[in-house]
Amino acid sequence: MKRIFTTVSTAALAVALGAGAVGPWGLGSGAALAADKIVISNWDGYMPKDLPEKFKAETGIEVEVALHATNEEIMGKVVAGKGKGYDVLFVSSPFAEVLHKLGLSAPIDHAKVPNFANLYPEAASLEYDPGNTFSAPYAWGTTGLCYRSDLVEGTPSSWNDLLNPSDALKGKVTMLATDRWLMAAGMLAKGYSVNETSQAKIDEVKSQLIETKKDLLAYDDTTFYSKLVSGEASLVHAWDGWCNYGIAENDDIKYVIPQEGTDLWVDTMVITAASENKDAAHAFINYILSADNGKWVAENILYKVPNKAAMEALDGGLLASFPNLDMAPADMMKQEQLRDLGSAQKAYTKAVTEITASN
Amino acid sequence: MNSQRRSLVLALPGLGWLTVFMIVPCLIVFFFSFFERGVYGGIEYNFGFDNFLRAAEPIYLSIFLGSARIAALATLIAVIIAYPAAYAISLAPKDRQNTYLFLVMLPFWSNYLIRTYAWIVLLNREGLINKALGGAGIITEPLPILYNDFAVITGLVYNYLPFVILAIYASLQRLNPELREASTDLGAPAWVTFLRVTLPLTLPGVAAGAVFVFVLSIGNFITPDLLGGGRIQMVGNLIYDQFLSARDWPFGAALSLILIFIMMLLLFTQAVFVNRAQQARAAPDG
Amino acid sequence: MARRALAAHLALTYGFLYGPILVLMVLSFNRAGLPTVWTGFSLEWYVTLADSPAILAAALNTIIVAVVSTVIATTLGTLLALGVERRRQSNAVDALLFAPMIIPDIVLAIALLSFFTLLEVTLGLHSIILSHVVFNIAFVCAVVRTRLKHFDYAIIEASIDLGADRFTTFRRVTLPVIFPGVLAGALLAFTLSFDEFIIAFFTAGAGASSTTLPMRIYSMIRFGVTPEINAMATIIMLISFTLVFFSQRLNRATVSD
Repeated sequence: MKRIFTTVSTAALAVALGAGAVGPWGLGSGAALAADKIVISNWDGYMPKDLPEKFKAETGIEVEVALHATNEEIMGKVVAGKGKGYDVLFVSSPFAEVLHKLGLSAPIDHAKVPNFANLYPEAASLEYDPGNTFSAPYAWGTTGLCYRSDLVEGTPSSWNDLLNPSDALKGKVTMLATDRWLMAAGMLAKGYSVNETSQAKIDEVKSQLIETKKDLLAYDDTTFYSKLVSGEASLVHAWDGWCNYGIAENDDIKYVIPQEGTDLWVDTMVITAASENKDAAHAFINYILSADNGKWVAENILYKVPNKAAMEALDGGLLASFPNLDMAPADMMKQEQLRDLGSAQKAYTKAVTEITASN
Repeated sequence: MNSQRRSLVLALPGLGWLTVFMIVPCLIVFFFSFFERGVYGGIEYNFGFDNFLRAAEPIYLSIFLGSARIAALATLIAVIIAYPAAYAISLAPKDRQNTYLFLVMLPFWSNYLIRTYAWIVLLNREGLINKALGGAGIITEPLPILYNDFAVITGLVYNYLPFVILAIYASLQRLNPELREASTDLGAPAWVTFLRVTLPLTLPGVAAGAVFVFVLSIGNFITPDLLGGGRIQMVGNLIYDQFLSARDWPFGAALSLILIFIMMLLLFTQAVFVNRAQQARAAPDG
Repeated sequence: MARRALAAHLALTYGFLYGPILVLMVLSFNRAGLPTVWTGFSLEWYVTLADSPAILAAALNTIIVAVVSTVIATTLGTLLALGVERRRQSNAVDALLFAPMIIPDIVLAIALLSFFTLLEVTLGLHSIILSHVVFNIAFVCAVVRTRLKHFDYAIIEASIDLGADRFTTFRRVTLPVIFPGVLAGALLAFTLSFDEFIIAFFTAGAGASSTTLPMRIYSMIRFGVTPEINAMATIIMLISFTLVFFSQRLNRATVSD
């Protein structure tokens, strides 16, 4: 009778392992099975909710949406899993650069994306990827200060207003948590490049940011605008488009680019090298870059898109409500573009570790 | 088939599962720790102990110590709250004790993330506690009670308290009531009986609960992440950052190994402690 | 006097444990959805939740993961406990059984992801299940072993002496005695799996088809104070409390048999 024990347990093991080998049961990912399906990963709320539906209606290609909260999250998964299972990734430009250097991105075939013609010429000559060879720009903008004009005296004009807040603002200020933007604020305040790699300058900025930490409410990449709306924070370090979410809820919220200048960031779409459906992935990018859809995206997410045809079609009222949407590409190009730092990334990570671990 | 062989057959599927899906994956991490991060985040297979040397740098040591401090405070507070609570339950009428315990454990069955999230709602500057205190005229400025050590420790205590109560209650249960009675009969006041008899004999339960909270707290990632507002760096976050932001897997692997080693050491110490206490109790004149 | 203080302390402890949960439950019915101002009773957030296919799909995924991993882990964990309890005590085996409970989630998550990647296993719900079974086996085994500590092995021999075969003995003698332990272990496994976020996040495949509820909740919390979370919290808690309550009743009934 002991045989029954072993049979039952072996069967359980076999079923479990078999399931692992065979793959999805029921709801499992069918990316490899269905020819006309792609998996994309994007930030939550960073594209119109019904976009996949409309795309399917138009092209017959099904889009499964995965969500990531930060660039780091999706990079961690993609680097570990070699990008398998994903077709299109939405990541910021320095991360797209890393995907390219790690060989995890596929070249973009412009013949399959005629809508590249809709982009501003500036968007085709971005430093991290001139000619858009491995990435297609999705949205772009600046990083600056987002604040409650009813709670902040005067108009903030310098990165130092954030880094050395006035007594009234102490404990009511947040900064971005991602190491590149956190360090960039310190670099810009001192007049350095956002891509600075000198150890001495990194250390100098680190000391400043350790001082700043004492006056911060929190480091926040995702909910800073709701902290402004609720009144928890009065002044936050923000990406322009996300400040617009706050402006939409409260007229007193304003966005300003500090006088020292800022960075130009670009959120891009990258096709993974592992994608088994590159044609569909190209079709998806082409769909996004059409004039109509670009306009729809911009209206929906309140971020600038690098799509000339789309931006020109935007409603004037929208631009008046959200002035930062109206920034001309030529002005944006005056800002420094974030690049991957290569081996200096290690020094940034360590500096940020020291900042967040300080008391 | 003899009984030893039979029990091996019973254990085999489970042990096999743990070997395939835990030991082997952990060995992979173990190997990573001896190599280097590539320029863009891959792994360069140059063997060395650099990652372990790096972990000994002051900054990382201070993060280990800072995590230990937060975990220790959470443990201490949890024990201070849990002991009298467990004691109160053990004094309750027998038929009610199970219900009381059940009520202690019930919150644990809800979702960890949601339980942690509740504290964001309660503690933020515009949150319920600040509003209530402000409304009552006790404070004029909101208290900074979220995004700091206080919030993280509160979150940890909140989530792990039920286990400590349970562990201490179990040891109070095992306590022979005659010992207490004997002490009282000999004329000792209640607090002397408590300090000299009850407390020492329940220390193994306290230790079990305490080690449990400490171990789970020091490696915790979610609580500091959500309640620390990025301002509190614990080992769990440091490891997470190495694997995600820094994409420095070898260093993250080395940190993980060190963390596991510390945990093993603690659990081993606790086991020795409990064994000794049991032996002392078993000894005729101990 | 001291007794009264202790009772008061216990009452405060319950206040501490239940206060935050009650606050979320009350807020889930608040029309404004803001945590600070009560603007009237409303079921709006429950309607929003019921209208959200992504959340419902995530809930279904979580249930699949939790049920399957609980079934596997309860089977293997119980057998393991039966096997281990009757053997000479082995420190190596004890350490192996203890490890999954204390290895930080993030470490196990990365280790498993590396393992699956190396073997080129396609990720999906199945890889989350394979991973959840790891820690669930350990917990089920621990719970069942506690139950077996008080088990009188003489009754097995008695049963065999009376002519029952081993399977009948297991079914009619061993299982009824350890059943409360098995049930408690299964319930624990289900809860742990239903709750688990980090390992699921790393071992999940791409896309919504393997997104679990905790992954969804984490991203909702990361993106701010959304009132739907309160409604979801209330539902999850009511379901799990009911579940635990009935299993407790069942457990007690079995024990008293």
